[in-house]
Amino acid sequence: MLWKISLLIWMAMVIIAVFLLPPPQAQLGDVSRVFFFHVPMAWVAVLAFLLSLIYSLLYLRKKDLDYDAKARTASRLGLLFTILATISGSIFAKTSWGSFWNWDPRETSIFILLLIYGAYFALRSAVEMPDRKASLSAVYAILAFFTVPFLVFVIPRVYQSLHPNDSVINTRLQIQMSSSILIAFLASLVGFTWLFVWIFRLETKINRLLDELEE
Amino acid sequence: MISLEAQNLGKWFGKRKVFEGIDLSLHEKISLVITGRNGSGKTTLIKILCGLIRPSRGEITIKLDGKTLTPEESRNHIGLVMPELELYGELTALENLNYLGRMRGLITNRENLEEKITWVGLAGREDDLVSSFSSGMKQRLKYAFARLHEPEILLLDEPSANLDEEGMSVVEKIVTEQKERGILILATNQKEDIKYGDKIIQLGN
Amino acid sequence: MATKSSSWATKASWLLFKDLKSEFRTRYALNAIFMFGLTTLTVVSFSVGGISSNTHITSSLFWLVIFFSSMSGLAQVFVKEEESRTVNVLKLSASPGTVLAGKLLFNLVLLLILEVVIVPLFIIWMNLSILNIWLFLSVLLLGSLGMACATTITAAIISKSHVKGALFAVLSFPILLPLLIVGIDGTRKSLEGQDFSAGFADLRLLISYVVVMLVASILLFDFVWNE
Repeated sequence: MLWKISLLIWMAMVIIAVFLLPPPQAQLGDVSRVFFFHVPMAWVAVLAFLLSLIYSLLYLRKKDLDYDAKARTASRLGLLFTILATISGSIFAKTSWGSFWNWDPRETSIFILLLIYGAYFALRSAVEMPDRKASLSAVYAILAFFTVPFLVFVIPRVYQSLHPNDSVINTRLQIQMSSSILIAFLASLVGFTWLFVWIFRLETKINRLLDELEE
Repeated sequence: MISLEAQNLGKWFGKRKVFEGIDLSLHEKISLVITGRNGSGKTTLIKILCGLIRPSRGEITIKLDGKTLTPEESRNHIGLVMPELELYGELTALENLNYLGRMRGLITNRENLEEKITWVGLAGREDDLVSSFSSGMKQRLKYAFARLHEPEILLLDEPSANLDEEGMSVVEKIVTEQKERGILILATNQKEDIKYGDKIIQLGN
Repeated sequence: MATKSSSWATKASWLLFKDLKSEFRTRYALNAIFMFGLTTLTVVSFSVGGISSNTHITSSLFWLVIFFSSMSGLAQVFVKEEESRTVNVLKLSASPGTVLAGKLLFNLVLLLILEVVIVPLFIIWMNLSILNIWLFLSVLLLGSLGMACATTITAAIISKSHVKGALFAVLSFPILLPLLIVGIDGTRKSLEGQDFSAGFADLRLLISYVVVMLVASILLFDFVWNE
């Protein structure tokens, strides 16, 4: 109970701060406030991916279906946050440099993460037996993870040959962060991570209760 | 000297229990018959014993001359015949045995393969495609496949399936041979087959 | 039977021979692959053929043809075994390592057979001039190897599912994306006549992709193959 309320208060404060503080990017104005939400969401999306990878590895080692449930929960949340990050990023892109989608490295990476999650759930829904479903999706999660380093290396190189507007990305990254903005940003980061952990634990508890109900 | 021990074997598919608490202790020249209604888990137990499926609980230990075999090593000492097994229809009988034998690491040649095929009463059909075989002939070829590497442990699931009188005599031959060679495990519903067993286990209580 | 011998390479080769013989008798995968490859190629060259001198577009289309053909035929290695219920015979006779190696080689051979036909046609119909032929071939070869590695483990995964066909493309695409991007880039450079040193970065990436996919497949295949 206390946990929930503290989280509520924290996030409320973060949201208020986001709108009260001066916008992080003076040139772009108010629209750049989305930065406080977009980056934490992307961060959580990646965190969720790592978590589902770890649980997948644990399942293959221990064959405990509990780990599979956790991997699935992490992936569901990961998918949600990836979608949110993509949408918020796209809005930011439209308002700051004119088009919803540019295929720059970050956008491409988040899109691929979306594809991987989509494939993961498509695979899960195509297998009925719980043991098999768990093994196959764990294997796929790990396989997908192996390809991620390539994307990190490959995409920037290709990007350079196609799109010359590096400067736009740089301005976005090197947002001058005064201490108050930095604090607000970190607070948002913490808040979103906390939110993720809270929902994750909630879903895990629900799954456990559902399992007990079936017996 | 071959031995197969199983302790506390149990299998669940998700939440559904197939069986649990199965213990086995088999040595050379012993045959085991597994009986039970349809759906009692006979085929599942057979699959677990030959290594096609992992048990949910429990362990199987196979020892050859006192040394415990790894699952990898066991593969070459176990033979299986069951309805769910199919050989390659687009290949001839000889090709099936040749390729599968080679994949196992056996050195095959036309003579010894033909001998295996003749043994099960399919002489003259070596170069015919398996898709042209009747179900009784396919069953007999499965026996040839199971005997290819002269396994010390042989598992038969519903051995009399699809067989005519001539086929039944092949089963008799195999049972006799295997009881001499090592361990025989049979899963069946047929009363006639129960006589082959020194020990009997009934599933599905 | 006579004494046992053989390294894993020999055993895997026998699985390859078995698959090749089966394939030439039934031609399931070959038909699918060629039909898709030729159709895609025809459509592409029909609409873009005479006009294209843009190497970016041509190299993309090239890999598109290969990708779609692969998606239509490379899952057969495992799907056919599951559907005709011959998996068990394979499981009883061959070790997981043998199966993976044999099936991977088969997919590679299938791809190479496809390319022997498609590539010359592509060059002719698209009026291509490949200015650096060695770079072109290296990229193609390494790319095919990478594709065979990635698709084999994925085929094993989907063969155990209910849906099979469409799922293969859905699962393969994110995994193959790095390979496609680098392959397209490398092919483009070879079309433009850039020399080998320029293509080095691409070749290096391709080789590492092959190595990573191979290692991943070897580590993960057991979990897919054994129940």
